[in-house]
Amino acid sequence: MRTVSIIGIGQMPVGEHWDLSVRHIAHHAISAALTEAGAEQVDALFVGNMLSGSLLSQEHLATLVADFCGLRNIETAKIESACASGASAFRVGCMAVASGMHDVVIVCGVEKMTDTTGGSTTAGLATASDAEYEAAHGVTFVGLNALIMRRYMHEFNAPLDAFAGFSINAHRNGAHNDNAMFQKPISLDTYLQAPMIATPINIMDSSPVCDGAAAAVLVASERASQYVTGHHPGAVQILASASANDTLALHDRKDPLFLEAAYLSSQKAYLQSGITAEEIDFFELHDAFTIMSALSLEATGYARRGEGWHLAADDAIGAGGRIPISTLGGLKSRGHPVGATGVYQIVEATQQLRGEAGKSQIQNATIGMTQNIGGSGATIVTHILGI
Amino acid sequence: MSIASLWRTRQQRYSLQGEICPDCHQAIFPPRDVCPYCSEAAGPPHTMSGRGEVYSFTKMFNVPDGFKAQRPYTVALVRLEEGPMVTAQLTDIAEDDVHIGMPVEMVTRKLREEGDSGEIVYGYKFRPFFAAAD
Repeated sequence: MRTVSIIGIGQMPVGEHWDLSVRHIAHHAISAALTEAGAEQVDALFVGNMLSGSLLSQEHLATLVADFCGLRNIETAKIESACASGASAFRVGCMAVASGMHDVVIVCGVEKMTDTTGGSTTAGLATASDAEYEAAHGVTFVGLNALIMRRYMHEFNAPLDAFAGFSINAHRNGAHNDNAMFQKPISLDTYLQAPMIATPINIMDSSPVCDGAAAAVLVASERASQYVTGHHPGAVQILASASANDTLALHDRKDPLFLEAAYLSSQKAYLQSGITAEEIDFFELHDAFTIMSALSLEATGYARRGEGWHLAADDAIGAGGRIPISTLGGLKSRGHPVGATGVYQIVEATQQLRGEAGKSQIQNATIGMTQNIGGSGATIVTHILGI
Repeated sequence: MSIASLWRTRQQRYSLQGEICPDCHQAIFPPRDVCPYCSEAAGPPHTMSGRGEVYSFTKMFNVPDGFKAQRPYTVALVRLEEGPMVTAQLTDIAEDDVHIGMPVEMVTRKLREEGDSGEIVYGYKFRPFFAAAD
């Protein structure tokens, strides 16, 4: 197997792009990534997307996007695994290059969530759960996370403000990211006064509905030097790529308070790369809800069970902390365009490793981890990147 | 959910019909082809008692299309006394009175209406269970 490197990235500022369609925002990210890479020819485009069918009545998305971008006579496929679609597509790109089946692959995560009204977007998101036994009862994704958070608070004696630190950290970091949806810090008071969406989850625990697209160009590491010339910002290597699943429905989990798929995929990633959790300089985790930050830190080895929220309370997650997370705003502040999120995480990790993160730069960062969660913890994809 | 899907799942929605695994004897709900505990073929059918307790709950304010008329409502994870957990709405109780560990029992209620002239979907919800006095 060949090792794989990223030689170009591109992203659309996350927001409510009512003036642009899914094809336009995807093109914006793809053309930026291809220009930066200096790649004139690609062999395949893999698109990570969750909701184009249900919200836009548009399937066959990868071929549509390739056509619009002028990428003809190449392989195209859309990869869907709910909110983990982006990282799943990225992993397919890695496998295609690693195997030798393709030499140059572009991966684009794209989601357009604001073309529809709130109720239908909420219903679309709920399709990531079990349609007959979860969504049929009116539970939403916020609702499923709220069920986890309530039980977590009950079992581990976590107070209601235990999770505030995750949201405050994300907004503090996103304030310096030009591509983030919300570019301003929030206070503890803002968090405490935020209205409830599904008790005990308030608006400041929750990532926003938005539009976004991000892209990355992949080549075999042995060929990266062909592209890294002149003003090229340098290649970033994929040190590990791993995915694991769990039961689709939250109610079927052996332990609803433990992200077994996060544990398994991160363990696989640590094994592949020979890197331990303590050697990782920053961690772009899936903070769709603050409770997911706590559970992700526990499952990947940064905290014992029931103690993930202590890392936020102790500010061990800030830029100078033990494990900086959501360094460019995370899902909470940058935004969570669901099928695009996994590729934004890869793009932001690349920015950090190339030293291009501006005021959010983690000093001397050489190894970063990303983790993208689909559903309430059913599909979890972990990547470790390094220079 | 489509009419066909509603018809297929009627025994589950109206009577919590699951299965008992013939190999490991675990109760399974909803029915599966493969037992999640021992990976052998699942079955035969077994109807749950409908009693259980609240594992967790949430009062939901932002709800999907089709559920707006009932907003806000409380959704719970209910651990059935046979073992499986189900996701369902609570009824006949205010959210402030719900607590983790509360005994509940299944009742049949309206889940949603599909548009102005559409079909009404019925299914299980759970209400507080009060044991009869001796």
